[in-house]
Amino acid sequence: MADAAAVDHGHGTGTGLSNNKLLMWVFLGSECLLFGGLISTYLIYRSRYADGPAPGDIFDIPFTSVSSFILLMSSLTMVLSLSALQRGDIRNNRVWLLATALLGSLFIGGQVYEFTTFLREGLGYTTSPFSSAFFTLTGFHGIHVSLGIVMLVSLLISSFRGTLTKERSETVEIVGLYWHFVDVVWIFIFTVIYLVPSPTS
Amino acid sequence: MSTTTENVATQDAAPEHPTDARYIRVAIILGVVTALEVATYFVEIPGVVVIPVLLAMMVFKFFYVAAWFMHLRFDSPMFTKFFVAGLALATLVYGVLLTVFEFWTKG
Repeated sequence: MADAAAVDHGHGTGTGLSNNKLLMWVFLGSECLLFGGLISTYLIYRSRYADGPAPGDIFDIPFTSVSSFILLMSSLTMVLSLSALQRGDIRNNRVWLLATALLGSLFIGGQVYEFTTFLREGLGYTTSPFSSAFFTLTGFHGIHVSLGIVMLVSLLISSFRGTLTKERSETVEIVGLYWHFVDVVWIFIFTVIYLVPSPTS
Repeated sequence: MSTTTENVATQDAAPEHPTDARYIRVAIILGVVTALEVATYFVEIPGVVVIPVLLAMMVFKFFYVAAWFMHLRFDSPMFTKFFVAGLALATLVYGVLLTVFEFWTKG
């Protein structure tokens, strides 16, 4: 009887831990290797800007700082949405989920603006090894944020359909883990790519 | 039999998560550290000083988010082990890669 209850709860596993949550952590561990590769490639090629603009000439640090702050605050709204659902506060859960999706969209909007500005200033994807590595790294991160926004919108739709309840808060927690990971990757990118002094032409 | 079930139930029990006020305090600390990071861009500081300071603040923010917002501080150590395994492997592999490409000496 007790065993059946454990299985019904969805956590009757050999480790006593949620398989879904464990899978997300394993996935995030593997994502470290993906982003590690992209960041290392950027570091190797950042001085090879050929005749194109150098990193130090083109980066707009005040603008990117605001974008970084927005993404950082989206982690706060994400964790507040989980906290609200764990208390059974569906309304605030929706408010914070929506706020997280909006902050994420604002970050993506900023990235689109930054990319178009760089293109206007003569930095295209194939301009130099530096530009290819830069656009690949930040573009991959942008795709991850966009996928996170899709997940957040899916959670919102589930909530309005009445299927996202306190009992299913682990779903929000797992999406939250992904969202926070995307945030910590940006913490790394922002420092290593933007703030550490870059070569100038 | 019942002991096994009790063990599972004990481990399944949701860990005590911080209050919303605590999360807001964590976010304020992260915001302040980010402001300090950005401030280094506007102040003339030699690279030999600013780079280690920036990297230290980055590592602090990284693990602070992982500990509080990703709940590694409260959840099972098993999750931390899986995440740190990936992180350590990436650090090792790409540390070797950067060394092979003479990044540390030629930048």
